[in-house]
Amino acid sequence: MPGFAADAAPVIALGPSRGRIPVKQTMHEHGAFALLVAPAMLLVATCYFLPLAQVLWISVTEPAPGLDNYAQLFTSASIARMLATTARICAITTLVTLALGYVVAYALTHARPPARRLMMIGVLLPLWVSVLVRAFAWMALLRREGLINSVLLTTGVIAHPLSLIWNEFGVIVGMTHTMLPYAILPMAVQMRQIDPALEAAARGLGADAWATFWRVFLPLSLPGLLGAGLLVVIFSLGFYVTPVLLGGGRTLMIAEYISLQILELLRWGTGTMLATTLVAAILLSLAALSRVVNLRQLFGAK
Amino acid sequence: MAGTDDTTTRSLTLERVSKHYGPTMAVNDVSLRVAQGRFVTLLGPSGSGKTTLLMMIAGFVTPSDGEIRLGAVPIGHLPPEKRNFGMVFQGYALFPHLTVAENVAFPLKVRHRPRAEIAAAVRQALDAVQLSSLAERMPRQLSGGQQQRAALARALVFQPHLLLLDEPLSALDKNLRGDMQAELKHLHERIGLTFIYVTHDQQEALSMSDEIAILRDGRLVQQAAPQTLYERPATRFVAGFLGRSNFLEATVEAVAPEGFAYRCAGHVLRHAGCAKAGMAGELVLMTLRPEKIRILAPDDTAENRLAGTIATWTYLGLEYQLTVDVPGIGPLTVSTPTWRRATPLVGAAIEIGWDADAAVPVAED
Repeated sequence: MPGFAADAAPVIALGPSRGRIPVKQTMHEHGAFALLVAPAMLLVATCYFLPLAQVLWISVTEPAPGLDNYAQLFTSASIARMLATTARICAITTLVTLALGYVVAYALTHARPPARRLMMIGVLLPLWVSVLVRAFAWMALLRREGLINSVLLTTGVIAHPLSLIWNEFGVIVGMTHTMLPYAILPMAVQMRQIDPALEAAARGLGADAWATFWRVFLPLSLPGLLGAGLLVVIFSLGFYVTPVLLGGGRTLMIAEYISLQILELLRWGTGTMLATTLVAAILLSLAALSRVVNLRQLFGAK
Repeated sequence: MAGTDDTTTRSLTLERVSKHYGPTMAVNDVSLRVAQGRFVTLLGPSGSGKTTLLMMIAGFVTPSDGEIRLGAVPIGHLPPEKRNFGMVFQGYALFPHLTVAENVAFPLKVRHRPRAEIAAAVRQALDAVQLSSLAERMPRQLSGGQQQRAALARALVFQPHLLLLDEPLSALDKNLRGDMQAELKHLHERIGLTFIYVTHDQQEALSMSDEIAILRDGRLVQQAAPQTLYERPATRFVAGFLGRSNFLEATVEAVAPEGFAYRCAGHVLRHAGCAKAGMAGELVLMTLRPEKIRILAPDDTAENRLAGTIATWTYLGLEYQLTVDVPGIGPLTVSTPTWRRATPLVGAAIEIGWDADAAVPVAED
C-alpha cells in the first residue's frame, strides 16, 4: 500500500518511573509544635486549672473537711429553689432561642447572597455591643414607664402597666436576645452544608414544601440544632450580668447566687461547691451530647 | 391526566419555549415533541441550555415564554411535585440520612400510600436494579454505580409519567459508564417509559437514544434519530459536534435528478442524493466523515478521487487517524482501520477517494 511503511509501529519509550518520595520524619516537627503551644498551655494551666483546682479544694474543706457542702444540694430549700429557677429559665431561654434562631438560620441559608450578607451583619451586630448596654436598652423598653408600656397605655390596649422586667420574663427576654447569635451562627453554618439539590430532589419526587422541610431539611439540620442548643444551655447556665440587671434581685440564678455567697455572705464553701457543680454539670452534658453529635465538627475543628 | 393510559396523552410537547435571565437567553424558542415511550436525549455543549430545558420540563424553572404540555394538558404552571415525573439528578441527590430502602420509599411516603403497598413497591424497585441486598445500607456506603441504581429505583418506584435524567453517568468512570449505559437502555426497553436524558457526551447520546435533540446557544438545531443526525446532519455544527467531520466549501456546477457536481479548489466532485433544481452556481458546504474516505491503491476506482500527502498520523488502536494535505483543498482527516495496515509514513504521497453519496451538503451556521 503506498504511503505505509512495511515495519511495525514504533514503540514509544516510557521515561523511568519516578521513585516514591520517602515519608518525612515528623518527630522534630512535633517538638516544634510543643514549643509553640507551650506559652498558651502554661497560661491556661496557671490562670485557669490551678484556680479551678483550688475552687474544688475549698468546696470540700471549708468550713470543715468533707462533703457537707454538697449535701446542701439536697437539703437547702433556697438552693433547691435557685436551682429550679436556673433550670427553668435556661430551658425556656434555650427553647425560645432555638425556635427563633432556627427560623433566622433557615432564612439566611435560603436567601440570595446580597440579602444573606445583610442578614449576617444583622446577626453579628449585637455581638459588638456590650452585654451591659443591651441590658440597659431592654430596661428602657420594658420598665413600667418604658416604651412598650407607654405605647400600650396611650393606645388603650392595657389599663395598667405590665410588669415586663425585674422578673423571670425580663431575664428570659434579655438572655434570649444575647444568645440568639450564638444559636444562629452554628445552625447557619451547618445548614449551608446541606446540598440544595436534596431539597430539589425531594420536590421532584413529589414532596411539597412542608414535606421537603419535615422529611429532608429538618433531619439534616438536626446536628446544628443540637450543637446550638448545647451552646445556649452552657452559656445561659453561667449567665451573670443579664439576670442581675433584668432580674432585679428577685430572680436568683446560679451565677448570681454564687457571687452572693462569696462576696456578701463569705460562705466560700457553699459558693465553691455550687461553682464546682456548675462545671461538672456542663462537662456531663457535653459528654452526653458528644455521644450523639460530633462536637469537634460542630465547633469547626477538623 | 391521571387514570388515562392512552399513549397519546402522555406525549410531552414543548411549544416555543424560552427562558431568559435578564438579557441572556438560556433557552430560545425551542419546540420539541417527545412521543410516549421514546428515549430522547438533549445533547449540547455546556451552556447550550439543555439543563435549563430539562429543569423547565421538571418544573424547577418557569419558562419566560411558551407552553409545556403533557398530552393535551398544559403543565407549565405546575410545581415539580405535582408533575409526577421521575428524576435522576447529576450526583444522584440521595438523601444521606435515609437508608437505600427509605430513599426509594420516599416518593411513596410523601404520597401517603399504605405501608404494605410501599414495602412491596420498594422491594420490587430494588429488585429491578439489583440492590435488594443493600436495602439497609446508607447511601455513603454505596459505590458510584450502586448509588446511581438507587437513584434510578427511587425515580421509578412511583410509576412516573416520564423519567428525566440529568447527566446521570457523568460521575462514573469510563468502564462503569459503558455498563450503566447498557443497563439504562435495557431498562428503557423493558418498562417502556419515556426517558428524557441530558448529556454532553456524544457517544452516550448516539448509543442510547431513539432520538437526539441537539441544542446550541439555547436553540434547538436538529432533532432526529442518531443515524439520521450522523449521516445527514443539518448544519456544520451538528456535523462537527457529533463525531469528526471534514468540510468542503464548493460551488455547484451542474445539477442532475440524482445529484449534483460541485467544484472545490479546481477539483470537480460528484454528489448523489438531495439535489434541487436551480442550485447551479450556488455556494454549497459539503461534509465528509473521515471514515468514509478510502485510501486508494493505484488500480482502485472511486467516484471522487484526490491526490495528497500524509501530513500527520495518530494511532488510536482501532484506527489510524491521518491528516492528508490535498493541494488547494487543505488538510483532510482520514481514518482507516489499523488491522493489517502498515504504519503510515509522513510525507508520503497517497490517493484518497469516496463514494458520491458519502459527502452531504449542510447548512452553514
